[in-house]
Amino acid sequence: MPGPAPTERIRPEGRRNSQGIRVDPEAEVTHDPRQAVLSALVKHKPGVLAEVSGLFSRRQFNIESLTVGPTSDENIARMTILIEEPEPGIDQAKKQLQKLVPVISVTELEPEALRRELALIKVGGEKPDDVNAVAEMYDGQAVDASTDSVTVEITGSKQKIDAAVEAFKQFDVQEIVRTGAAALERGPKTLDTDV
Amino acid sequence: MSERASVPAEDEQQEETEAEEQTQAPVTTGAQSVVRALENAGAEYVFGVQGGAIMPVYDALYDSDITHVTMAHEQGASHAADAYGIVTGDPGVCFATSGPGATNLVTGIADANMDSDPMIALTGQVPSNFVGNDAFQETDTVGITQPITKESYFANHSDTVGHDVSEAFALADAGRQGPTLVDLPKDITQGETDVEPNPPTTPDTYHVQEEADEADVQAAADALAAADRPVILSGGGVIKADASNALREFAMEYEIPVITTMPGIGSFPEDHELSLEWAGMHGTGYANMAITNTDCMLAIGTRFDDRLTGGVDSFAPDAEVIHVDIDPAEISKNIYADYPLIGDAREVLRQLFDAMPRAPDADEWREQCQTWKDEFPMSYEMPDDEPLKPQYVVETFSDVTPEDTIVCTGVGQHQMWASQFWEYTEPRTWVSSHGLGTMGYGVPAAIGAKLAAPDQEVVCFDGDGSFLMTVQGLSVAVRENLDITYVILNNEAVGMVRQWQDGFYEGRRMASEYPWIPQFDKLAEAFGARGFRLEDSEDVEETIQAARDYDGPSVIDAHIDPGENVFPMVPSGGDNGLFALEEDHLEML
Ligand SMILES: Cc1ncc(C[n+]2csc(CCOP(=O)(O)OP(=O)(O)O)c2C)c(N)n1
Repeated sequence: MPGPAPTERIRPEGRRNSQGIRVDPEAEVTHDPRQAVLSALVKHKPGVLAEVSGLFSRRQFNIESLTVGPTSDENIARMTILIEEPEPGIDQAKKQLQKLVPVISVTELEPEALRRELALIKVGGEKPDDVNAVAEMYDGQAVDASTDSVTVEITGSKQKIDAAVEAFKQFDVQEIVRTGAAALERGPKTLDTDV
Repeated sequence: MSERASVPAEDEQQEETEAEEQTQAPVTTGAQSVVRALENAGAEYVFGVQGGAIMPVYDALYDSDITHVTMAHEQGASHAADAYGIVTGDPGVCFATSGPGATNLVTGIADANMDSDPMIALTGQVPSNFVGNDAFQETDTVGITQPITKESYFANHSDTVGHDVSEAFALADAGRQGPTLVDLPKDITQGETDVEPNPPTTPDTYHVQEEADEADVQAAADALAAADRPVILSGGGVIKADASNALREFAMEYEIPVITTMPGIGSFPEDHELSLEWAGMHGTGYANMAITNTDCMLAIGTRFDDRLTGGVDSFAPDAEVIHVDIDPAEISKNIYADYPLIGDAREVLRQLFDAMPRAPDADEWREQCQTWKDEFPMSYEMPDDEPLKPQYVVETFSDVTPEDTIVCTGVGQHQMWASQFWEYTEPRTWVSSHGLGTMGYGVPAAIGAKLAAPDQEVVCFDGDGSFLMTVQGLSVAVRENLDITYVILNNEAVGMVRQWQDGFYEGRRMASEYPWIPQFDKLAEAFGARGFRLEDSEDVEETIQAARDYDGPSVIDAHIDPGENVFPMVPSGGDNGLFALEEDHLEML
């Protein structure tokens, strides 16, 4: 009969956590999720968005928002992706994104980066003055009005827009559309001086 | 060979290409540009099946020296191309028409993607003005294959289609190898163009770092030199990077025991005293003991697949990990790397070799590894009156063949026996489906392997279930007169499933027993191959010899003991150090 049975074999003391990191066997180590803003420059061609969003869904990364738009170079688009993941997940997301062939560069923006989101909120038209007053509180403005409805435009941080949406609930909210965040680094720093 | 002329001798070929370069007809269609791109990239073979949407490309192939091998199913085309890529190191090429042709390729593409095998797939597509309209034989091939390729291209102009193919070819081969695909609408390949494709170059956004940072290398070398219980874990990436020699020099100079992953089989000679063979679910007991107890692991070109690691919590729990990989995304994906070294395995091994301050002081550890080898030998029982043992068939075959014999397999128990009981000493001699675990891989893979290395012996160990999935490929082996020996380790069951049912589902053998399988020796003869039936241990040598002597494909239908199971075994997600050596052990875990 061959060597010792499973339970009688030499065994080390250590242990890894679910992320493959060696840990003190006594201590429970987990990484809490945090929010990261990734800014990616990508080739501006069909299929890129599908490739990027496919990557995120396939790898089960939790996307908060994803926005795309052109840059000053017509061949290059810029994506802003907000994700919430534990640190190793954020690191993986960046590396996997960088690996996609149409992706030119990936940068995680500093937490203090400028972040703006746009919302259009359509409410009932009964009290246009009250709607205007609330819009002004959030630096927004009415951009369309009819006898039955008023549509308001608000720009700002996610928190500000959340708050605005909450405030507009006192009117009859008919429709809301939000873009998700676009973000840029503060100061003179850019991702790529050519873009 | 095939429909086109056979490959001429080397110097003749040289002359021909030179002559050709002067006389090569100018490109006049997109399809010709596609074929020109393949020629420029050095493609030798194409594996494929004809069809409406790919027909213009086939027509252009008519005038090319590239040899087309007509396969019996597109899945076979993609596996043959994959195996060609493994054996030669250069991308294998496969063709399929649109719709069902393209979807049939998908399994082979996914397989190549999981194992980082270099491969390029070209698929026909309905004409551009029909795309998106659910036209006859239309599928969104780019959409389907995007998650399983390095990149899928949709060709949108006859002037650039050749360039797309050049780029896809170069990309399949660059950095971490893998499959690429170009979808070719029929109007684009039929369309006129006089644009010659560019030489194969990777896209400008694709960057590969060849050498690791010197300071990082030094830190890793210092850690390894200071280790008491060092091991090298050599993955498939070592073979892909042609780093097997560098690995051997490094390990032997610094006397560090070497464990391979399953795809890394052949990267280090299994008959060397430093070899612990391969680790993981069905790896050797000694490799799994060493991997569990090491304090410093130099892991090269491995993605830490769960079949290797078992549960990550118990994987090498005391080890500092030095991880060498060309793909930065592999670093700390599954197992955290204390010392990440991004670069080409061969380059980084050379860097490490120079940076090592001294060999680790590991006499005791090597002795311990030897003790484990003695305690947990790879063995099987073969009483006289027992039915044929699969391990004995594999071992006997291994003993009589040259070292560079190429072994292909299907997926299941037979695959494990073929990896456990064959002695591998050379890279690119082990051709198997690892990451995807594709039953049916063996028959077409052996075809690709044999064409890639016509002077090497090729044997395919297959299961009765796996063999049946791609048996039609035998017609190709017969037509091409490929000298391949197929050995079916026939247990009248999808044995690996049955083993799990017996171990973990109280022996409820739902849909795993195949008492209705055909007589494979007769089936082989019907295809025009040579068939042998093997039942007795005494006949093993003689039958193997007869099959090897036959010049053409032969099939040995080896009726093995249906009760035989694969051990050692680490249950899925388990602890590598707690492998079971027999059924009873499973209950202890
Ligand atoms: C295409 C495919 N379908 C199903 C499986 C699941 N599976 C894994 S091993 C196995 C049994 C394989 O049976 P066989 O080829 O007869 O080999 P054996 O295990 O008996 O040696 C099955 C069904 C698979 N790996 N691939």
